[in-house]
Amino acid sequence: MNELKLSILDLLKEDARLSAATIATMLGATEEEVSAAIAEMEQDHVIVKYATVVNWSKVDDEKVTALIEVECTPERGRGFENIAERIYLYPEVKSVYLMSGAFDLLVEIEGKNLKEVASFVSNKLSTIESVISTKTFFILKKYKQDGIIFEEFEDDHRLLVSP
Amino acid sequence: MIKDEEKPKVALADPSRSDGMQRYLASHAREIPPSGIRRFFDLVSASKDKDIITLGVGEPDFVTPWRVRDAAVYSLEKGKTQYSPNAGMLELREAIGQYLYNQFNLTYDPGKEMVVTVGGSEGIDLALRALIEPGDEILVPEPCYISYSPITSLSGGVAVGIETFAEDEFKLTPESLRAAITPKSKILVLCYPSNPTGAIMTYEEMLPIAKIVEEHDLIVISDEIYAELTFNGKHASFASLPGMKDRTILVSGFSKAFAMTGWRMGYACGHPDLISAMLKIHQYTIMCAPTMGQVAALEALTKGGLEEKDRMMESYNQRRRLVVQGFRDMGLDCHEPQGAFYAFPSIRSTGLTSEQFAEKLLLEGKVAAVPGHVFGKGGEGFLRCCYATSVAQLTEAMERINLFLRSLE
Repeated sequence: MNELKLSILDLLKEDARLSAATIATMLGATEEEVSAAIAEMEQDHVIVKYATVVNWSKVDDEKVTALIEVECTPERGRGFENIAERIYLYPEVKSVYLMSGAFDLLVEIEGKNLKEVASFVSNKLSTIESVISTKTFFILKKYKQDGIIFEEFEDDHRLLVSP
Repeated sequence: MIKDEEKPKVALADPSRSDGMQRYLASHAREIPPSGIRRFFDLVSASKDKDIITLGVGEPDFVTPWRVRDAAVYSLEKGKTQYSPNAGMLELREAIGQYLYNQFNLTYDPGKEMVVTVGGSEGIDLALRALIEPGDEILVPEPCYISYSPITSLSGGVAVGIETFAEDEFKLTPESLRAAITPKSKILVLCYPSNPTGAIMTYEEMLPIAKIVEEHDLIVISDEIYAELTFNGKHASFASLPGMKDRTILVSGFSKAFAMTGWRMGYACGHPDLISAMLKIHQYTIMCAPTMGQVAALEALTKGGLEEKDRMMESYNQRRRLVVQGFRDMGLDCHEPQGAFYAFPSIRSTGLTSEQFAEKLLLEGKVAAVPGHVFGKGGEGFLRCCYATSVAQLTEAMERINLFLRSLE
């Protein structure tokens, strides 16, 4: 990937609302170059979507998130692909990773409450044929996610004017 | 912040106190003019308007990288709270020597040619105090950082401002340097990249300056605190010019490049004869720079610390382009700053003085920026705007300045 595209991604990752014109000025490129690069990256699914990072703990209808370690038997020829797909197609599933180490898939699940998550694990996840075992870990507090710190800082301690 | 009701009553002004103490002050202390920045700071603070966006700061908006802070915390936990050698921890001086060689091709002996100071500011103070005899003239290209002239007068020296111009991108020209030299000239102070103009001087541009320095047997104090903040090619140190190493006292520090302003960590390098004299003053006045700060500075010079620095530089560069373009789009002349983190647009087209403009902008436009005249000759008609602030704040500030300009029409 070329340098312009990487720089654009760096900026958009921090603020997806930056306009192509602003990005162009910041990077010393033309607006056309930036728009074309963004369009190309959208086309290639390098940029998948422009989403909002939400601190759900501040929202009244709080959500429950759990990480689940899944141990399963891979299928001949397909490895974990089929099983992963059967899992990630559920809307409750926020992310699925194939892991090295003691278990195989790490699944992040979001639900309205504890009961909902527990029922998903017991009724949907554990019942998949090749799943051998699951271990569920509920997330109690999110401190940092995708490089963003949720804790609120009093952000600028600088003197208003200094030499 | 201490709440008002908790403040000790004895610290409040006592009306019964006599006003007669001024007479004890030494004339050199009494006669230092109050800083124009300070005046403006008071004005901004007095407004108490939470909505003001400030472009008036002179420091990075980054917090010191965590690995650097962590190193200092760890050293405190380990009880490293003692004095260090006067010149600073040898390990740190060695790391500075290595860093100066890698970055700027400078070779200094950490044993004899280096002193770790309390910020670059102390380095400037030590250098000026070690060199100035009463009556000596100190040549200072202006607009410039505000401390050279007051410190010079504390030693009985005379600061001679050399005006630089936007047409020359605020560089010192050989002609203007020559014109300012008298038989009393002793020191040339250089501060490039420049606070407040963002000007730099390239190796080639400094060569004729070096020739004049040699001809007139001058010594140079080169304040290179912004050396890491150059945006089109690497900074050239004045000390790296042929024959200039012995004639130059290099002053620098960690504040700007590593976002470490509050730590007050700096250093000065130069000929052993000069450094040993500076070290004497340092040991009698300061003893040594704070040890925990030195530990932090050492961490900043490791691989990880330098990588964080590079990341910050790229971010300044992006914001520099944004601000310069912003000023030009609203019709203000703005030369392209090649270093530091300031834009220095001209506000002459408005017909206001820089002080009037800055005050009105503060009160009506709700943006604080420093009026150029406080930085000496050639600063009138300009405004120092620090772009080390978030893109969202900068964008908002640019919109406000634009609206303010339209309101003046």
